[in-house]
Amino acid sequence: MNWLQQLGRAGLNFFERLGRGHIFLFYVLAGSPGMFIRFRLLLQQLFSIGVLSLLIVAVAGLFVGMVLGLQGYNTLVDFGSEESLGVMVALSLVQELGPVLTAILFAARAGTSLTAEIGLMKATEQLSGMEMMAVDPLQRVIAPRFWAGFISVPLLAAIFSAVGVFGGYFVGVGLLGVDEGAFWSQIQSRVDFYDDVLNGIIKSVVFGFAASWIALYEGYDAVPTSEGVSRATTRTVVHTSLVVLGLDVIMTALMFD
Amino acid sequence: MFHNRTLEISVGIFVALGLAAIFILAIKVSNLSNFSDAAGYPLEARFDNIGGLKVQAPVTMAGVRVGRVEQIGFDSTTYEAVVMLKINNEYNKLPLDSSASIFTSGLLGEQYIALEAGGDPEYLKANDHLIMTQSALVLEQLIGQFLFKTAAEGSDKTEGGQ
Amino acid sequence: MSEVLVRIRGLSFQRGSRMIFDGLDLDIRRGQVTAIMGPSGTGKTTLLKLIGGQLRPLAGTIEVDGENVAQLSRTKLFQLRKRMGMLFQSGALLTDLNVFDNVAFPVREHTQLPEELVRDLVLMKLEAVGLRGARGLMPAELSGGMARRVALARAIALDPMMIMYDEPFTGQDPISMGVLVELIHKINKALGLTSVVVSHDVAETAAIADYIYVISNGKVVGHGSPDELDRSGSEWVQQFMKGLPDGPVPFHFPARDYADDLLSGEKC
Repeated sequence: MNWLQQLGRAGLNFFERLGRGHIFLFYVLAGSPGMFIRFRLLLQQLFSIGVLSLLIVAVAGLFVGMVLGLQGYNTLVDFGSEESLGVMVALSLVQELGPVLTAILFAARAGTSLTAEIGLMKATEQLSGMEMMAVDPLQRVIAPRFWAGFISVPLLAAIFSAVGVFGGYFVGVGLLGVDEGAFWSQIQSRVDFYDDVLNGIIKSVVFGFAASWIALYEGYDAVPTSEGVSRATTRTVVHTSLVVLGLDVIMTALMFD
Repeated sequence: MFHNRTLEISVGIFVALGLAAIFILAIKVSNLSNFSDAAGYPLEARFDNIGGLKVQAPVTMAGVRVGRVEQIGFDSTTYEAVVMLKINNEYNKLPLDSSASIFTSGLLGEQYIALEAGGDPEYLKANDHLIMTQSALVLEQLIGQFLFKTAAEGSDKTEGGQ
Repeated sequence: MSEVLVRIRGLSFQRGSRMIFDGLDLDIRRGQVTAIMGPSGTGKTTLLKLIGGQLRPLAGTIEVDGENVAQLSRTKLFQLRKRMGMLFQSGALLTDLNVFDNVAFPVREHTQLPEELVRDLVLMKLEAVGLRGARGLMPAELSGGMARRVALARAIALDPMMIMYDEPFTGQDPISMGVLVELIHKINKALGLTSVVVSHDVAETAAIADYIYVISNGKVVGHGSPDELDRSGSEWVQQFMKGLPDGPVPFHFPARDYADDLLSGEKC
């Protein structure tokens, strides 16, 4: 009987958080138009969220592209079709690895700092203080960060994929001796802009939305103590990773035809 | 706020890099550049079987891309596939009796339409029909025919031996 | 214009299953320093948040300048809050802005003043709290007392009609405490505003308050001017004002009999 009660309570808590999260999102979106008037706030956040994530995303993209090049070559060379290496690298990056890994790297690099920042602002009564100064923190603090994340993730994902393809190119063409012309022409004839590239971009837009939302909500909803903020930060990474992978399954299924 | 300029410049670089990456993906890493949506004129071709032909597939002549597949439909009275082709305007001197075939690029590649010039002095105009068409080769049918033939030959031989 | 700025009637508020206020009545008069005192954990801060409209009461009404706070629309509530300043216990300065930008924050948010005017205004407010020279420092570089003075400058930046102080004296050394006492008194007189001070530092608060409410267990247990309270017949008020360790508020947390507890040998 006891565990049944606990299950019920856990279920209710889950739905309560889910509901609060959506109400939070609603207020953030409702408070957004005012933010675009003060473009500087968005600019600052684009810097601390996007620009500062650039290096880790670019380096990770390069490494992933190189690994794909090495692994793919070993498999493809058995079938004598190493010219398809470019296609394999490009499709894996553009459709899956670019959007997914970027979103997860974003959660680790920018999402955690967003959560901790908002959580600490809450713990030190800064959010409360703003409210008492008749400034809506959702509009002044959360909305710029949300949109900066939303804009940054697709751009970062595109950079990840593009750098990754060049990583694959360096390994395939530079080290392993795949024909350069075949590498690019195969890519161009087999990767479709609408079916592959655009779908990848759509994915990263959705992931950016989800990752920013989760990071900010976890911070805003954190228990305002050092333990609460640390838990919220962990939850940001865990929840973002799971949600991104789950959404990826759903979207891939929808786009698959 | 003395570092405003640096901040603005770095955000600008970031956004430019992102857009450049999308541009690279579009032009260098996908077939978008091949579709340089040049103005074209439509032609209609009817096939008994189009195999795995898809919209956007290339239309070539002597191996050179001259257009693409615009639309694929089905005529329920004649049970034929109706394929609308879009040929780039610069290739406006295709003979009226040109024929269309569906080929496969490589053994397992994508399917495309190859046009072959005829000898008619008149040229194809917009919305004309390609009279002569050759359907896609379906691998299963080919293998089926091949097996049937070897089986028939085999039985001929045994008959001859008796 | 009525003499009473904040009128609280029959206020009840619950947090979890714990009743924090139970039928509280309280009046805050214009132009006075009103102190709300009581032991820790009596919900003094909660009361300020209720007045500021950050929390909604379970029952009862809170009127600020004739408007029922709990029933105001968001826009109206924000209009009202622009005329209220609040000084949080921690100061609640924005940690990513320096002292100058912190004080300028409400001005920039709510007005379209040109930057030269903002500068003059901010320097005037900083001068009032004696920290004009600290304008370039970040909040992390300030001592607790200085942070509160900056927060005070920020609270008066928009010339509010009233300021609420949440435990302004807690954890301050005697000098900062003296400075804050003096500042609250001076600013109240100079700007002609209404001050609400929530505190449990009896001596300091009594020195500047015109009127004191003593709250315990969700009710007002005594009120009056500092002198009246000193002469109060209530044993409870006497214990609180004089800081006696034992009295109506027992020294011991409720527990079973001491000897029983020791002898029972139960594991804790």
